Amino acid sequence: MTISGQSSSALKDDQTPLSEQSSTQTEQDAGVADVTINRNLNEVLPIRNVFASAVAIIRKHALQTSISVMSLVVGVYLWHLATAYKVDLYINFQNVPPPLKVWSAFWTHMGQADFYIHMAVSMQRILTAYLTAAVLGIVIGVLMGRSRIARSVVYPYIEILRPIPAVAWIPLAILMWPTEEGSIVFITLLGALFPIILNTLHGVEQTPEVLVRAAKSLGASRLQIFRHVILPAALPSISAGLAIGMGVSWFSLLAGEIISGQYGIGYFTWDAYSLINFPDIVVGMLVIGCLGTLSTYAVRLAMKPFLAWQKRSR
Amino acid sequence: MNTQVVNLKEHINPRDGHPKSPGSGHIVIEDVEITFGAGAERNHAVTRTSLDIKPGEFVCILGPSGCGKSTLLNSIAGYVSPTHGNVSVDDRKVVGPGPDRGMVFQQYSLFPWKTIRDNIAFGPKVAGRSTVECGSIANTFLEMVGLTKFANKYPAELSGGMQQRVGIARALANYPSVLLMDEPFGALDAQTRLVMQENLLNIWADFGITVVFVTHDVDEAIFLADRVLIMSASPGSVIADLEVPLPRPRDPAMAISEDFLELKKLCLERIRAESTRAFEQQNS
Repeated sequence: MTISGQSSSALKDDQTPLSEQSSTQTEQDAGVADVTINRNLNEVLPIRNVFASAVAIIRKHALQTSISVMSLVVGVYLWHLATAYKVDLYINFQNVPPPLKVWSAFWTHMGQADFYIHMAVSMQRILTAYLTAAVLGIVIGVLMGRSRIARSVVYPYIEILRPIPAVAWIPLAILMWPTEEGSIVFITLLGALFPIILNTLHGVEQTPEVLVRAAKSLGASRLQIFRHVILPAALPSISAGLAIGMGVSWFSLLAGEIISGQYGIGYFTWDAYSLINFPDIVVGMLVIGCLGTLSTYAVRLAMKPFLAWQKRSR
Repeated sequence: MNTQVVNLKEHINPRDGHPKSPGSGHIVIEDVEITFGAGAERNHAVTRTSLDIKPGEFVCILGPSGCGKSTLLNSIAGYVSPTHGNVSVDDRKVVGPGPDRGMVFQQYSLFPWKTIRDNIAFGPKVAGRSTVECGSIANTFLEMVGLTKFANKYPAELSGGMQQRVGIARALANYPSVLLMDEPFGALDAQTRLVMQENLLNIWADFGITVVFVTHDVDEAIFLADRVLIMSASPGSVIADLEVPLPRPRDPAMAISEDFLELKKLCLERIRAESTRAFEQQNS
């Protein structure tokens, strides 16, 4: 009954170190009661592995990381020199705030509650706009990928609306939305929406037809094919769209917060601009940059468990 | 522990508890014609073909690439509907793909994001079986194809031969009455292919299932089949229907027996005549 004629190298490689463990697993797999035993085994090993792999990653990337840190240090130092010597070589540094001034402005703001409110308000707007854009974008992208009619209906809108910059939406957004908050979130949402739709569409179109056929012959319904085949096949592309969308939503937010009368890190930056407070402008810019980077990283991290199979496929 | 051992024994024979109704897997192809496109682009993939494949029979469809053999197979699978005529399995007209007809593709048809176990359990899962049932069916078939150790690996971590064994196990996990195979070993190296052919014959003997196997390899067709159908290109049609007189169980050593060689010679002559004709037709 058992087929063991195959003698490929992959089989041999695994036979020696795992033979003991796997033979016990074979017995366990036959029953139901073994589930806990297997789980325990699987849970203990990863914890040890996580430490080992974390150390390995740091070691492996130690060189790259230190180069990146050095690069930043050199960049800030050059900025310092350029402002200290008031360099004026076509690009003029005479009125550019030096890094130390920016740092002290940042430090002062860090001691003030308002600064945190600015950040919190912005992050809340980002979260609302981004999550809505993610849901809408994935749904629209999937519909477009699976239905020619949906595609023909939606595509012209995407093509026409996509190149319009967030700033250009401000007047209409104010007219259309009943609240200021609504129009800010709307502008932010638009920025994230298009990359998510287009990447989802791309991912759905890339689904290998043979997998859809296989699922059909195994008896899967349309919904099951969507859930088990199309969605996972599109996921790498969707996750790229989600990461890009997060970045775009931050720079749309800045445009949206021009409307805001009180809070938001974009508002903070615009306010500093109108008060000609140069160090604060740079503080606002850098905070947006850092929050944008962190949130994009968070998106990638959140998507990682769903893409674990990809890593093992390489 | 005791119950587990009993469980294992109970499931060691995949046929246990799933007795195939006797005489199922009867494929009837009536006057089938399949065309693609229209007007000047119109292409006759299969022309007026009638076949009767008996329950439990192992039939190989042999022919050069582009002769429409895959199209004919796809019409049994339900991916392609005939432009004319009828395909039925066990007196039920084929209207689309379904779990009663298992399909094994040439390659890369496993779900890369599912483990080997989840790939095999996919059919039972979408059929609404419980997690416990799915697990036990998966274990049975993992054992059958000798891949229990690889249950939690992903397809890309396995060799091509192993992946195809998973493909076969996945198709069989639905206990279909017919197994359709579209050049399943075409991408494998020669040694692996031989082992896979023997594996397949063992599985077929255990299941007593009807197999329709598409290939362009004459040796493979004769070694496996009860019956070899030779197809010709443009227009695609069955030009020969040959019984394979070799006894079962088949042994690789039979490949040098007189019966084998005689049949091989006959097949090659037919294919050669057809290829020459098709070649001249294309060049004229």
